[in-house]
Amino acid sequence: MNINYTILPLIVLTPLVGALLLSVLPDRGKTMQWGALVVTLITFLLTLHMPFHYSYSAQSGAFQFEQNLAWITSPAIHFHIGVDGLSMWLMVLTGFLAPLGVLISWRAIGERKKLFYILFLLQQVAMMGIFISLDLFLYYGFWELSLVPMTMLIASFGRSESRRRAAIRYFLYAFIPSGLLLVAMLWLYARTGTFDLPRLAALATQHAISPNTAALWIASLGFLFAFAVKVPIFPLHGWLVDAIAEAPTAAVMVLAGKTALYSILRFSFAIFPEQSHRVAPLMISLGAIGIVYGALLALVQNDLKKLAAYSTLGHLSFITLGIFTFTIAGLDGGIYQILNESLAGAALFMLLGLLFERYGTYDMREYGGLAAKLPWMVTLFVITTLSIIGLPMLNGFVGEFLILSGSMQSTLAHHHLWTALATTGVILSAAYMLGMIQRVFYSGLGPKSERLATWDLDAREHLALWPMVALFLAMGVASPLWLKAIDATALTISDHPPSGRPTQPPHHTLKIEAETYGPIYTTAPATLQSTSGGSR
Amino acid sequence: MNIPTQIMALLPEYILTAVGVLIMLIEAVLKPGTSRKSLGWLAIVGTVATGFISWYQLRLGVLTAFSGSIQVDAFSIFFHLLIGAVVVATLLGSLDYFEGVASHAGEYYALVLFGAVGMMLMACSVELLMVFIGLEISSISTYIMAGFRKSQASASESSIKYFLLGSFATAFFLYGIALTFGATGSTNIAAIAVGLSTTTTPLMAFLALAMMIIGLGFKVSAAPFHVWTPDVYQGAPAPVVGLMSTAPKAAAFAVLLRITFSGFPSMQHRWSMLMWAMAALSMTVGNLGALKQTDVKRMLAYSSIAHAGYLLVAFTAFPQAGVAAACFYIAAYAAMNVGAFAVVTQVGGYNETLRTVDDYQGLAMRRPILSALLAFFLLSLIGIPFTGGFFGKFYVFTSALQSGHVWLAVIGLLNSGVACFYYLRLLGCVFAKPEHSEAHLDETVCWTSARAISIPAGIGLVLTAAATLMLGILPGHVLHLANFAGERLDADRSRSIAAESQPIAQASPTVSDSK
Repeated sequence: MNINYTILPLIVLTPLVGALLLSVLPDRGKTMQWGALVVTLITFLLTLHMPFHYSYSAQSGAFQFEQNLAWITSPAIHFHIGVDGLSMWLMVLTGFLAPLGVLISWRAIGERKKLFYILFLLQQVAMMGIFISLDLFLYYGFWELSLVPMTMLIASFGRSESRRRAAIRYFLYAFIPSGLLLVAMLWLYARTGTFDLPRLAALATQHAISPNTAALWIASLGFLFAFAVKVPIFPLHGWLVDAIAEAPTAAVMVLAGKTALYSILRFSFAIFPEQSHRVAPLMISLGAIGIVYGALLALVQNDLKKLAAYSTLGHLSFITLGIFTFTIAGLDGGIYQILNESLAGAALFMLLGLLFERYGTYDMREYGGLAAKLPWMVTLFVITTLSIIGLPMLNGFVGEFLILSGSMQSTLAHHHLWTALATTGVILSAAYMLGMIQRVFYSGLGPKSERLATWDLDAREHLALWPMVALFLAMGVASPLWLKAIDATALTISDHPPSGRPTQPPHHTLKIEAETYGPIYTTAPATLQSTSGGSR
Repeated sequence: MNIPTQIMALLPEYILTAVGVLIMLIEAVLKPGTSRKSLGWLAIVGTVATGFISWYQLRLGVLTAFSGSIQVDAFSIFFHLLIGAVVVATLLGSLDYFEGVASHAGEYYALVLFGAVGMMLMACSVELLMVFIGLEISSISTYIMAGFRKSQASASESSIKYFLLGSFATAFFLYGIALTFGATGSTNIAAIAVGLSTTTTPLMAFLALAMMIIGLGFKVSAAPFHVWTPDVYQGAPAPVVGLMSTAPKAAAFAVLLRITFSGFPSMQHRWSMLMWAMAALSMTVGNLGALKQTDVKRMLAYSSIAHAGYLLVAFTAFPQAGVAAACFYIAAYAAMNVGAFAVVTQVGGYNETLRTVDDYQGLAMRRPILSALLAFFLLSLIGIPFTGGFFGKFYVFTSALQSGHVWLAVIGLLNSGVACFYYLRLLGCVFAKPEHSEAHLDETVCWTSARAISIPAGIGLVLTAAATLMLGILPGHVLHLANFAGERLDADRSRSIAAESQPIAQASPTVSDSK
């Protein structure tokens, strides 16, 4: 039997079986750590199968490794799974981060290891499930399921007394909008009789979902709202800082961003193309505000984890801005930046976790002058920082450049001042990140760093961090390796408006825009070649 | 085999009654100190046997007996099987619960069976007086069971409260029957539907229906008739709560479904408004009430009010889809709620040494399997996918949406958001670090002395968990059966509508003739 047909279920099942195995193994010595490490490594190797067997020349928008089995007859729910360039790389990324998460928790999680690693593996199951589902219902199952292990990780392993409040806040923030998402989904089903994403997308392009535009609008907002809270997009980020501040390192690494951004790209854009285009100017402005807001708040934090949380908000807003431009460059950059942000954010949180393990605090005022004591640590910190603030040659630059150029090209009716505002985010993020480096590593010795004698990175920690650094560099100089698969997805999404939109709103505006931006817009793939060529 | 219909139709009820009486007789001759476990096993075997008979009845089509007052069809068999399953799970959980601490545990097993007989009668009666008899049989058994821990004051309080309010509600139901007879000239459900079209007092008929809804609303603990629930559930023994929060409710919902959908089909636009309001109110009252509770059983009591509300949502839907969704929801709710109370039984023990949410702190460390099961049941009650609770909610809200009740679905889903707050609080406590403060020291003692899960209780827990999981992953079979039940009731309904339109057709020429 060809493994291409079973690879996706295998990727989801491996961590699940691993979690079951861990639950029967005795929690003694380092059994749990080794068990979880082996399981996550196997999962990662399985995900690596995909990029090697992915057909890059396939028609854009087609799904690969696809499987479609009937599951429940009434209502018609199928076990429909498959990946394209977008979800494939996100899965590889998730698979890649998992063993690193285990390595970084090796010592940090001292007690109740069994519970921790089981929940960690279940979180993997849910996330992988989200990325492979092409049936709305199946997707919703994994989407909700992903909340549970994360909530329990925060509630059980948070660092302070307010962990339970943070966990419940996280859950409610995510669960209540998901209820609206479910209503919207059921409404779609009542109208079309299918949960199948490709079919819904096809119906959407023919404007055959429902003639009731008001209801379509409400449904599209139900989708977008549920995803926007989970990203989070600017005014809906209430849960983020608390959850990040509380959650253990391995959980923070996968907490925000990629699943929800993926959902916007995959579901909102495909099922509600017209509504997504209309709402885009608003999302762009929210993204731009979020960039500046996150950066400004990060500037004044004393708590390292809160700083990183606001920095995360800022960088996620960047991605939001990118994908809602609906230009190929913006989408490419946005998707690429999802990978970058997850990697660099994870690396930053890992390093912060290591600092916490050594000194027991996230308060910057307690630190200072660590550079002399921990030379390796500071090296990796600086490289991660440079990746986050987008130094050319490193991965962050490619994404940010594509996003900003895409945003400038966008034919959507939005103010280019928002893009200009977003650009300042690059400067601000450099300011707070470098400021943090300066305060923690270079100024005079702080109270904690003076008193406590600790060790530099040990072999296990080196092992967890160097793959990250290697990827920063690789993704910075060899971006086409990733972008060739992502491009196809970006093309289908950005294609939606020109192909078959008879009810194109103000027709003349489009004409004018087409005249103004015509050459760029119509030759978008070529433009991409030239723009991303510059970064290569 | 050629068994007369009169016997075949009620065979499960006969067997259960016989086994119950037998248990009573053996109980009387057993010495006070001896184990009553064997009686419990006898009850389990009897119930399982009736389950097989019910399954066999399914192949016989519709059985009508006792001058049309009993009708065994797919709909009633669905509820028979459900009630039987709940009873078996409860009995498995209570075998060791009463062992050595309660005298006359045999009476308990007999009462459970008698209660089950009453509930099954309710499910298969199409004659309101017969329904009333079933209701009384089941209620009286549950009144006694609620106060089974005689030595505790809260048990007597629970029993008396349940009895007083329960009889009051039953009186409403009886009054409703009387008014129905006055308005339509019959107490047979099919005949009521026909009588409705010719009645000269439609207001009285509607009033009668409203009265019956009040009586049954009390039984299913729907707001605003829910006030008894928390106190009764708190005082009653945990396995009994598991039983009475599911099986009698299932029976009462069966009656409610029959009366509304096939007895008063022509008034659907009116009573569905009542149901809409009751559903919205129950969901909101239940969930908001549960937020403040610290006692786990009280919290689950409020949660059961909320779940009654979700179920009532199905009444606002189109007949067939609504009935099927309601049947499925009842099955899912029964599985997860019986399971949750089975865990509470195991954690608290007979004397309920651990009652409050704070007592559950760190449970995961001491009893990992029990905590994992509790987590699973609570997640199902929240409605997380891949559990029965999710599909239950899914079908109910889908059916409501299909009939255009978008706002009710939105209220319901927002409510499930509120609901997860208190379930999560308990869950958070279970998986939190155990506290080693002074106050918890003596509790640590009772933790360590806590009995291991006995084999029958373990079987019961595994069965409920498996049922909850099965309903969440492969709902096909139960859904098929529920659809079958829905079709059955729908067929009754359309027949009575057809019969209803006939007299009108006959009546109209006479009117024109007289002119």
